[in-house]
Amino acid sequence: MVKITFITKDNKSTTLEADSGSVMALAVDNNILGIGGDCGGVCSCATCHVHVQEDQADKIGKASEIEEDMLELDDNTNEFSRLSCQIEISEELDGAVFYVAQE
Amino acid sequence: MTTDNLTCIIVGASHAGVNAAFTLRNQGWQGKIILIDKDQHLPYHKPPLSKKALTAENQEIAALLKPEASYQQANIELILGAEVSNLNRESCTLDVTENGSLKTLQYDKLVLATGARPFIPPIPGLAGNRAVFAMRTLDDVKAIRACIDNKDVKRAVIIGGGYIGLETASSLLGLGLSVTLIEREERLLARVTAPVMSDFFKTLHQQKGVEVLTGLEVVSVNSEQDNQLVLCDDGTSIETDMIIVGVGIKVNAELAEQAGLKIDNGISVDEYNQSSDNNIYAIGDCANFKHSMFTQKVRLESVQNAVDQAKIVAKNLCGETIVNTAVPWFWSDQYDYKLQMVGLATGFDEIVLRRESAKQNTSLECLSAWYFKDGALLSVDAVNNSKAYALGTKAIQTGTKINRAVLADENEPLNHKTLFLA
Ligand SMILES: Cc1cc2nc3c(=O)[nH]c(=O)nc-3n(C[C@H](O)[C@H](O)[C@H](O)COP(=O)(O)OP(=O)(O)OC[C@H]3O[C@@H](n4cnc5c(N)ncnc54)[C@H](O)[C@@H]3O)c2cc1C
Ligand code: FES
Repeated sequence: MVKITFITKDNKSTTLEADSGSVMALAVDNNILGIGGDCGGVCSCATCHVHVQEDQADKIGKASEIEEDMLELDDNTNEFSRLSCQIEISEELDGAVFYVAQE
Repeated sequence: MTTDNLTCIIVGASHAGVNAAFTLRNQGWQGKIILIDKDQHLPYHKPPLSKKALTAENQEIAALLKPEASYQQANIELILGAEVSNLNRESCTLDVTENGSLKTLQYDKLVLATGARPFIPPIPGLAGNRAVFAMRTLDDVKAIRACIDNKDVKRAVIIGGGYIGLETASSLLGLGLSVTLIEREERLLARVTAPVMSDFFKTLHQQKGVEVLTGLEVVSVNSEQDNQLVLCDDGTSIETDMIIVGVGIKVNAELAEQAGLKIDNGISVDEYNQSSDNNIYAIGDCANFKHSMFTQKVRLESVQNAVDQAKIVAKNLCGETIVNTAVPWFWSDQYDYKLQMVGLATGFDEIVLRRESAKQNTSLECLSAWYFKDGALLSVDAVNNSKAYALGTKAIQTGTKINRAVLADENEPLNHKTLFLA
């Protein structure tokens, strides 16, 4: 089990435990505001946009090319942007903090 | 507005209905929320049905829209396996049949999210044939897989060359079947895309091994034991083990129609998704609505449309006044090809086609078709090209003019700077 924290646009922090699946699925399953996951995680909707905490960018990893292209859809995109359906939960992710990009 | 004592009933618990229910709660709806569906299964994602769900090892694990517990947590009363058979607008009541017993439910606000069902054309030999399947629900997928797995089926005929037919072809090929796809029109995806895209997908499916027959109409099906003989209008006959029908849908508008609501290519609603009755709304596949971007009413069949309309209605019910401004978009995955579309091409007078070299790490072709009217971008179909899709979306959203010389030059890289005219 790893601990993952979401901080939503209203500044609410929610820490959840999980051991597998995508970060998007974890958020949707726990009704985290601002994560739609409308396409079911196939990198087609960009409704699962999060900002990775700056000092964790290396451990979370970079967006793929498709992901980067899709992120261009959001005005709120910066170098720490990821689509959370493309981040798989693993031991590495323990303590990760994600800032939800949309309201 | 206080909603404490109000009951909102939502008929249909799929992409539209489920999103409406949760958005209502998140937006502060205090009263009861009742969500009803005749499907027995916990609400699930539909797009994977023709894609991953069909090829998955286990069809029991559907991709749920929300986990079971979240309905209770949000205080949404979810009634599954229950069919709404009558709507009485005078008494604001619904007749609901659950496990053979009839009950009456009272609403203050009603949201119809009844979607659509597959249209099975009146071709002799289709109705009542146990080798014939539709592709709309989890039970359809389970039935198709049970047939393939238990009867050791090797051959399939797909009637209909739209997205669902093409995705199903791709999945069945992945399961090792030999697949024949029959389309009545002269080209695939005829209703939704330009001839260049139709040709592209025809070639793709042929290269993968699907026998694609266009301009051919099925006139009858004869079954002899487990063998199906599909007869076409030119005399061709094709032997197969199973038939999947994907020729389009019929809107579930009967409930609304019987209640005297305005019907016009679905349930007719305004820019707030409100029907001709102030207490009744319609969203998703069943709604023909007034979109702020288009002069004509449109009825769209996509997850984006279902979700966005659900949110609009929920927010308006909670006291906001907002209309739909979202640019429509859609995706389809076939083999390892990703098609993404944005906007509506209706009325285009020019297409710019762009072929780019394959992206890094893949050998997949990369293609995009840009539809214009009077020089303004209407829509983009992008194959393996999320960049074109994203740029197109931005341009349509903001009404930005496109530098068509750059667009048409395949050696020019595409980005905001090169493509967008100030
Ligand atoms: C196989 C398949 C693949 C698809 N792929 C994609 C894709 O890749 N991308 C995309 O954007 N879209 C895709 N779509 C389209 C998308 O799934 C639909 O647009 C979406 O499901 C519409 O949602 P909805 O809630 O409006 O209607 P529906 O999903 O049709 O749901 C309506 C619900 O209402 C219920 N209902 C109807 N009448 C009654 C009644 N009287 N009483 C009780 N319940 C009732 C039905 O049981 C059903 O569950 C696909 C659809 C299918 C079938
Ligand atoms: S869930 Fe659609 S892009 Fe992540």
